[in-house]
Amino acid sequence: MKNIIDRINEGSVLLSDGAWGTMLYDKGLESTECPELWNITNPDKVLQIAKSYVDAGANIIETNSFGGSRLKLDMYELGDRTKEINRAAAKISKEAAGEDTYVFGSIGPSGKILMMGEVSEEEVYNAFCEQAVSLEEGGANALIVETMTALDEATIAIKAAKENTSLPVICTFSFEKTVNGDYRTMMGVSPTDMVSTLMDSGATIFGANCGNGFDGMVEIAKEIRDTNQSVFLMIQANAGIPEIIDGKSHFKESPEEMAAKLPYLIDLNVNIIGGCCGTTPDHISRFAEVINLTNEIN
Amino acid sequence: MIIMEDLLEKLTLCIERGKVDAAAAFPSDMIGESGADELTKEAITQGFNAEEILNKALFKGMQTVGVRFRDNEIFVPEVLMAAKAMNTAMIHLVPFFKQGIINQKGTFVIGTAAGDMHDIGKSLVTMILEGGGWNIIDLGTNVSTQKFLETIAENPGCAVGISALLTTTMVNMQKTVKEIKDSYPDINVLVGGAPVTQTFCDAIGADFYSPEPHGALDFLNQSA
Repeated sequence: MKNIIDRINEGSVLLSDGAWGTMLYDKGLESTECPELWNITNPDKVLQIAKSYVDAGANIIETNSFGGSRLKLDMYELGDRTKEINRAAAKISKEAAGEDTYVFGSIGPSGKILMMGEVSEEEVYNAFCEQAVSLEEGGANALIVETMTALDEATIAIKAAKENTSLPVICTFSFEKTVNGDYRTMMGVSPTDMVSTLMDSGATIFGANCGNGFDGMVEIAKEIRDTNQSVFLMIQANAGIPEIIDGKSHFKESPEEMAAKLPYLIDLNVNIIGGCCGTTPDHISRFAEVINLTNEIN
Repeated sequence: MIIMEDLLEKLTLCIERGKVDAAAAFPSDMIGESGADELTKEAITQGFNAEEILNKALFKGMQTVGVRFRDNEIFVPEVLMAAKAMNTAMIHLVPFFKQGIINQKGTFVIGTAAGDMHDIGKSLVTMILEGGGWNIIDLGTNVSTQKFLETIAENPGCAVGISALLTTTMVNMQKTVKEIKDSYPDINVLVGGAPVTQTFCDAIGADFYSPEPHGALDFLNQSA
């Protein structure tokens, strides 16, 4: 299997998977449960999710390890099982992926704010290092440091992944629209700040996930492209902002609506496109039709 | 020596900018200047009473912080530093207050919905409300309905805030709001968190929603 960077350099737009959390809750995960523990207690269901995205046509699937750092697992008193849980996460996605689909090991935020001093930089580094190494051991082809909001934490996570594994590292941030109409993370980081600050951090693909429906993501991708023409870009949009109806969350943007807007991202030379919260294998399957057509034309 | 009114203005500025003490490296344009720590001590030495320092400098500074955060002029790091400056100043003031006087406006019980471990939003609300003179009882994350009910029983007349980040725990928020309102119809229940909306607030029978902490402060101040 080619390195993901070589694959992107061939010129095709690649498709990633959609939501994991949304799918896990559909399969019966309770809000009080640790989602990542399902890699051990319900591996069949996790495998079904991974396979559903491979079957939908994704070139890249992630792992059920978003909250899998020791700092997050400690909240469920599962910190001592960090290695086991992350290895299992990667192993399950690898089984679904086979030889043709890439597995990006998911590394989400630690849930701690470094500048608050609740945790030291060293603790955060060690937690991300342990998770990154375990995901590589389980078979991940790359590591994705995702849904980040703070430059200091993202820098440490990327460093921990680069220094302790041989895998390419992707980094995505989660931006919100401000009252002024521009995009910032809750820590005040703009898409421009992200790319300009982290360009030399060791990550080779940047982008945005979560927090926005499709239209917001197009604006974010445009800001990044205006800052940097050549950086590799990955965008995973939510299916809109959720509404709660009869005790269940509903995401409004349908597979058809989102797929119809994919050309906006493709025109901005986004290299990897996928979904985040609320997107399903149906969304990804529609995305696949558009992306395959685009790749054939080009 | 700094003249008296200037001193309180300078202290207000330290709160607004999150300047903790003279040694603090943040913010970079105030390096080497006195911070909230030194100026509060000096204000006490100069004979300001503690309540005046609290109202005319600390609360005033935090009020501005809340408004700027609402208007996206500043973000989470600046609020955290302002709260740190405020807390540093408070260390010098607490001995002057009999218990309860500082928290003059009322008690606000806050926690994240059952199943939700995300506490950053809740912490921000706590900082802005504390900075606005409310006594906060922080029940932490993953708070059961039972725990909310017990705490309300122990604090008659309090207001309650519930935060959720996940769409899945919004459902638990709904259950908790209903049980609180069933037992205590007159208590104000405030809800917030990234996926929460005014529509959701109305649908579950909560009293107030705001997308940012300052809205909660305004609402509580008006209903106090």
